[in-house]
Amino acid sequence: MIGQRSTELRTPMRRVRGLGPGHSGTTHFWHQRITSVAGIPLTIAMVVIIIALLGRTPATALQTLSSPVVAVIMLLFIINSAYHMWIGMQEIILDYVHDEGWKLLSLMANTFYVIAVAFASCFAILKMSFGV
Amino acid sequence: MADFDAASTRARPLSPHLQIYRPMLTMMMSIVHRITGAALYFGTLLLAWWLIAAAAGPNAYANVEWFMGTLIGKLILFGYTWALIHHMLGGVRHLIWDTLHGLEPAEREMLALGTLVGSITLTVLVWVVGYLAMGGPR
Repeated sequence: MIGQRSTELRTPMRRVRGLGPGHSGTTHFWHQRITSVAGIPLTIAMVVIIIALLGRTPATALQTLSSPVVAVIMLLFIINSAYHMWIGMQEIILDYVHDEGWKLLSLMANTFYVIAVAFASCFAILKMSFGV
Repeated sequence: MADFDAASTRARPLSPHLQIYRPMLTMMMSIVHRITGAALYFGTLLLAWWLIAAAAGPNAYANVEWFMGTLIGKLILFGYTWALIHHMLGGVRHLIWDTLHGLEPAEREMLALGTLVGSITLTVLVWVVGYLAMGGPR
């Protein structure tokens, strides 16, 4: 801050130590990269699975979806995508929602939505797999 | 301190936002990456609906199949396919950039164009394969 006028008493170190709009550092940046790399083969596998199920009878579709390999791939796809889209939507919210109240509410809504969608999808796959 | 107070209340210069720039392909692809991401965020409901229906039974599954067979359903599904593939290719482009490769002007233009051409080509290809998998023209 040398040569720059400021009324702030916070040091530059304090500013960079986890005080962006999300109040955290580069963890999500890195996790977004990990989940994007994992998402490439998982997405391709998902597209193949869905094409293989097109026009099949419900019974055949159920049989395919409950096979262990397909079920595990789909579970991984859902968990990976859920975390990836949770970070992504949080980033969008932090970029556009500046009011603290709305920010808090939309961040909560993001978490609730992602967990609900992921849990419902995983539950459906497990139910088919275990044939209950 | 009076000097500092005057300085802090004066209108600060802001970084110019989108509307001031001439639209460019790399910029459009950046925006589209975020839009497709947000679309997929809500599109995941389709996947959840489909899985829950498959787990619930033949009647629920038939409802999903019926909806996906309507014109609106097909349009949504086509858009979902394109958004998924475009976001994936856009992600690959970002991963390449993360390694500090492909950042020269000509290279980044090529990558942006490649994302768009690639996503449209692959989406059509996936739908042709899907159409043939369903039995093709009958």
